[in-house]
Amino acid sequence: MRMIGDLGRLREEMADQALVERRFRVVVVLVIAALILLGWRYGQLQLGAHEMYAARSEENRIRLRAVAPNRGLILDRHGRVLAENRPAYRLVIVPERTPGLEDTLERLAELVDISPEEMRRFQQQRLRSRRFDSITLKSNLDDEQVARLAVARHHLPGVEVEPYLTRHYPHGKLLAHVLGYVGRIDARDLERLDRDQYRATTHVGKTGIERYYESLLHGRSGLERVETNAQGRVLRVIERTDPQPGQDLSLSLDLELQREAVAALGDLSGAVVVLKIETGEVLALVSHPGFDPNLFVHGISQADYSALLSDRRRPLFNRFLGGGYEPGSTIKPFIALAGLDSGHITADTRVFSRGWFQLPGHSRRYRDWRREGHGWVNLELAMAESVNVYFYQLAHDMGIDRISRELALFGFGRATGIDLNGESGGVLPTRAWKRATFGEPWFPGETVITGIGQGFIVVTPLQLAHATAALAGRGQTAPPRLLDPAEPARMVVHSETHWLTVFNAMAAVVHGPSGTARAVARQLPVRIGGKTGTAQVFGLPDDLDQERNPEDLPEHLRNHALFVGFAPLEEPRVVISVVAEHGGGGARVAAPVAARVISRAMELGY
Amino acid sequence: MNTLIAQRWSSLLPPLRLDPLLTLLLLALMGFGLMVLYSATEQNMALVSRQGIRLGFGLVVMLFMAQIPPRLYQLWAPWLFLLAVLMLVAVLLFGVGRGAQRWLDLGVIRFQPSEGMKLALPLVLAALLARRPLPPGWLDLGLCLALIGLPVGLIVLQPDLGTGVLVAASGLALLFLAGLRWRLIMLMGGAVIAALPVVWLNLHQYQRHRVLTFLNPESDPLGQGWNIIQSKIAVGSGGLTGKGWTNSTQSHLEFLPEPHTDFIFSVLAEEFGFIGVVAVLVLYGAITLRALYLASSCRDNFGRLLSGSLVLMFFFYMVVNVAMVSGLLPVVGVPLPLVSYGGTSAVSLLAGFGLVMGLYSRRRFMG
Repeated sequence: MRMIGDLGRLREEMADQALVERRFRVVVVLVIAALILLGWRYGQLQLGAHEMYAARSEENRIRLRAVAPNRGLILDRHGRVLAENRPAYRLVIVPERTPGLEDTLERLAELVDISPEEMRRFQQQRLRSRRFDSITLKSNLDDEQVARLAVARHHLPGVEVEPYLTRHYPHGKLLAHVLGYVGRIDARDLERLDRDQYRATTHVGKTGIERYYESLLHGRSGLERVETNAQGRVLRVIERTDPQPGQDLSLSLDLELQREAVAALGDLSGAVVVLKIETGEVLALVSHPGFDPNLFVHGISQADYSALLSDRRRPLFNRFLGGGYEPGSTIKPFIALAGLDSGHITADTRVFSRGWFQLPGHSRRYRDWRREGHGWVNLELAMAESVNVYFYQLAHDMGIDRISRELALFGFGRATGIDLNGESGGVLPTRAWKRATFGEPWFPGETVITGIGQGFIVVTPLQLAHATAALAGRGQTAPPRLLDPAEPARMVVHSETHWLTVFNAMAAVVHGPSGTARAVARQLPVRIGGKTGTAQVFGLPDDLDQERNPEDLPEHLRNHALFVGFAPLEEPRVVISVVAEHGGGGARVAAPVAARVISRAMELGY
Repeated sequence: MNTLIAQRWSSLLPPLRLDPLLTLLLLALMGFGLMVLYSATEQNMALVSRQGIRLGFGLVVMLFMAQIPPRLYQLWAPWLFLLAVLMLVAVLLFGVGRGAQRWLDLGVIRFQPSEGMKLALPLVLAALLARRPLPPGWLDLGLCLALIGLPVGLIVLQPDLGTGVLVAASGLALLFLAGLRWRLIMLMGGAVIAALPVVWLNLHQYQRHRVLTFLNPESDPLGQGWNIIQSKIAVGSGGLTGKGWTNSTQSHLEFLPEPHTDFIFSVLAEEFGFIGVVAVLVLYGAITLRALYLASSCRDNFGRLLSGSLVLMFFFYMVVNVAMVSGLLPVVGVPLPLVSYGGTSAVSLLAGFGLVMGLYSRRRFMG
């Protein structure tokens, strides 16, 4: 029985095998037929129609060539040029037309001083290009070099001096972090660009406005139909579709105010942000020290780049966008508003400061900056003198959940949405955040120090300015923008009297008899509201904290000085935030910077 | 002396489970391909050596695949297929690429999972059908069509219609070898023709454009039609003997689009003329017929079906590319197998040949 089954299966298998083999024979016939068909087709083209196609190939001298559009200019709000296109000359070589390339390179190196990097880049480019492509050896030639090459040119076949437009930033360092810069298109850029549009373009926005608005600035590429000779050299242009130049961008920035802000910072490293409250327009945006963006346009040299990287003041670091700082006491107006709103305090609530605060049942002392304390203080005095105990108590009463919720309404903990890439969102700590980040519960002591802007909370200067704008605009402001202001949005709803209470308290900081920033009141043409702040850089042991003179510390351990403010007090139109790194105290260092910039803004009519 | 070396060399290959004749033919094709590539890339040695390295890697993969016992991947077939399907899903979710998502970026390497499917689909179909009576009954046929439809659908979603059609074709080729009844073949052909209007309505704009310009290249002489016209000029101007190596003017003057990838055959036709074209077609024919012979000599239907369909696909790619370049088929973006610049396709083709030779080398050890 089993034998018969096996035999049956064997017979079946053999039948299957025969079937498959028959199909293989069909396939062989099909393969041969396909080969014959292809051969016949090529015979038709190459033998039958050869004459016709050979003639067409000979005539084939017309080709399409892309033409790069001119990049749009960047202007300030009064039409002053911030980024322009300058005519320049570059030295190009067509390897195919250059007999003895190595000799030619040597002779050129004598004539115009070619750096090893330029040489390396040329050789790299050469590997990637075809022999009849022109390859740039040196860009941005100066007049003398152009003249020298003009004289020697007839000895140097295949070498040409070619005019082109190059990006130039006339104000250099002043606007480097806002405008960014353009640089040569690299492989990473190609991934995100439309290759058709960039066929003739050499540079693309890498950072800043140049990057964010690349699509507007670039324009649309044009086309030329050109006639070439048999070697591919262009003989004449037959037809041309002009490229569409990029759009000129008028930013909201005021060059004058920007200049004033940089001058006010002087030798300090830091950031200044000035915004119009109603529209969110950015009037000044400074990260100091800056760097010269022009260096990057032609490819920065290794020496220059290392110098920038190793500079302790970190000129390449964009502080207003990515700098994370403890807000320190500049958080107090927001905490005060939250306290008023939630009914934990009124304008008249008084707290006694004896110089320190203790959580019930804990021994740790949270200190005031004035060792002996401030005595009985109400909100106005607490704000003016920056009394920590008042805010320790308030924060403790409100609890972290309430505080986080209120601060989130002002945009803390998330990016403002400015039209620049790479904005940091800072940190707004919550119970959930702490659990997720450290795997630990929230401790009451952490609430206490959050009340004076210390601990986990991190803000950027831009966030701080934006939050202050929301405060000064009584809950209404628009996200900061350099181009095309966004719609103002109502962020927070608070009772009218609460706003006024906080504004008055902030006025007392500058104009009150004991305000921390009273020294700058004389300089100001209008009354303003403000708040000073000091962010710890170096955690000194608790009890020593206030006894050390900050000036005794080495500079890089000194505290950051902060100031936020709005002006004019009665009818706020502009806000400012200032961060001076390692400046020491906010009152002594940041407030004068802010006062100077605000005065200028008022002079300029904002 | 030379014959002696050749003899030694060819006696070295069978223990490695490689077929000497087929290996020699493949090497000849790749060698000639690199030569044409050198010309088509304007004598860019960096590109040529990179391609050489990829082909070398492909040969290592081929050798490796030939060593794996067929029993093993017959067992693994469903899992390999599942893996390939999952990778296609991953491409849709996390893939990279401009316009269409085709690539999976694994940090070290990037590859196109649709290439893996070109091996996995025939594998799973062959494993399935080898255990069933042939020709496949309705149930088996339905199952096979579902197995074909799933990956093809995923690839078309990328969207990559060209590769989708090719993967579908590899499945159908295998069904054909498995003895699919002629009646059914006619029926399916009829169904495809009936479905054309539906497909047309679902094509992307650029795909419709390609078909239209194929039907009438002169309608868009500066856009899509440009490629076909210029390619035909390149081919036709080559004549009987061609313009000589590196003397192609069409690619040199930038008239040919992508002369080193999809249109490399027109460079070859221009430089080596009709004689060169016939020689290369004969080379492809010899590879195909030799490999088909190896396939049909396998010990069981699993080997025959798998090998046969892999070889047919190799041939099919060549036909589609060569026909496209001469204007017989629309521009579908299929590279010329083992000659066009590009790594993934060459490696998967050589892996396929490794399978074919490995299966053949085990034909004698009947169970």
